[in-house]
Amino acid sequence: MRAAWRDLSERLGPGTLRDILLVNLAVGIVGVSYGAITVGDGLPLWAPNLMSIVVLGGASQFLFTGIIGAGGSAVAAVLAGLLVNARHLPFGFALAGTVKERPLLGSYLMIDEVVAFALAEKDPERRRLVFFTCGACLWIFWNIGSLLGGLLGNAVTDTDVFGLDAAFPAVLVALVTPALRDSRTRTVALVGAAVAVAATPFLPAGTAVLLALAALVLLPVLRRDDFPTPGEEAGDRS
Amino acid sequence: MISAPVLIVSAVLLGVGTFAFRAAGPMLHTRVVVSTSMQALMSMSATVLLVALAATSAVFDGSSPAGWARAAGVAVAVLLAWRRSPFVVIVVAAAGTTAVLRLLGL
Repeated sequence: MRAAWRDLSERLGPGTLRDILLVNLAVGIVGVSYGAITVGDGLPLWAPNLMSIVVLGGASQFLFTGIIGAGGSAVAAVLAGLLVNARHLPFGFALAGTVKERPLLGSYLMIDEVVAFALAEKDPERRRLVFFTCGACLWIFWNIGSLLGGLLGNAVTDTDVFGLDAAFPAVLVALVTPALRDSRTRTVALVGAAVAVAATPFLPAGTAVLLALAALVLLPVLRRDDFPTPGEEAGDRS
Repeated sequence: MISAPVLIVSAVLLGVGTFAFRAAGPMLHTRVVVSTSMQALMSMSATVLLVALAATSAVFDGSSPAGWARAAGVAVAVLLAWRRSPFVVIVVAAAGTTAVLRLLGL
């Protein structure tokens, strides 16, 4: 076990495994708050883990709990969750090559943080290793967090005190910034983000993100100064 | 509150649907040849979505404003990331900034 860990650390490099663990620590704590909120809303103790195993998607799980907790219907909660998770469709196409040896497991583990970590790697072999390492860690931390939160109940609900709500966007920022040094990608991404932010107050929670893809229509008019693959300058991250 | 069977069926439906979104790419990958430009477009789409996800979750909590403390923390992350700071520094500085600002009552 220890030898396997050392081997993994060697293959990933000292920095990457530490980065993955840091993100997973934050994910675990958010998982605690997810479990606590879900049980606090009156759902049974097994509900957080059922969701964390069957769905494995933080944003959609919080939304599902929120809608049920507010007295909404199960149909509304499922539909809202599906809308939020529609963004995983292009993720799957972007990482199809990365998970081609284990497509079922790879698809199951395709979570935002895992996608961001994988896309930040350029070398296909490293990308695959980072994807599955981060995915497996995330599954473990998210589920342990959900379970602990459910057991602790209302004792801990407010992880915002530690600024952990800022950690998720910060992780994404840190991982996508290398790709944004390509001016074409940057323009499209920033316009897309502006569209999504502007639309957020007017749409069901979590769905405005999808509108960011509208910015892709700008591509033909933007000058190509580089081949737009994320992971350029991935070596920046240490 | 919903009953246990309804809860289980709902979780399974959401899980199956989510898995279908995630698996469509990997499943089609072996059957159809995806052109390099299509592959690049999908990578670009993923980046665009991740940036939009970062931006919206920096400013909003669901559909309501998240408050200045979180936005300021993420702004610090953007600055540090652009200046090529190490990953750990970026994430810890963002959470720390937000936590301190909240402590100060922002």
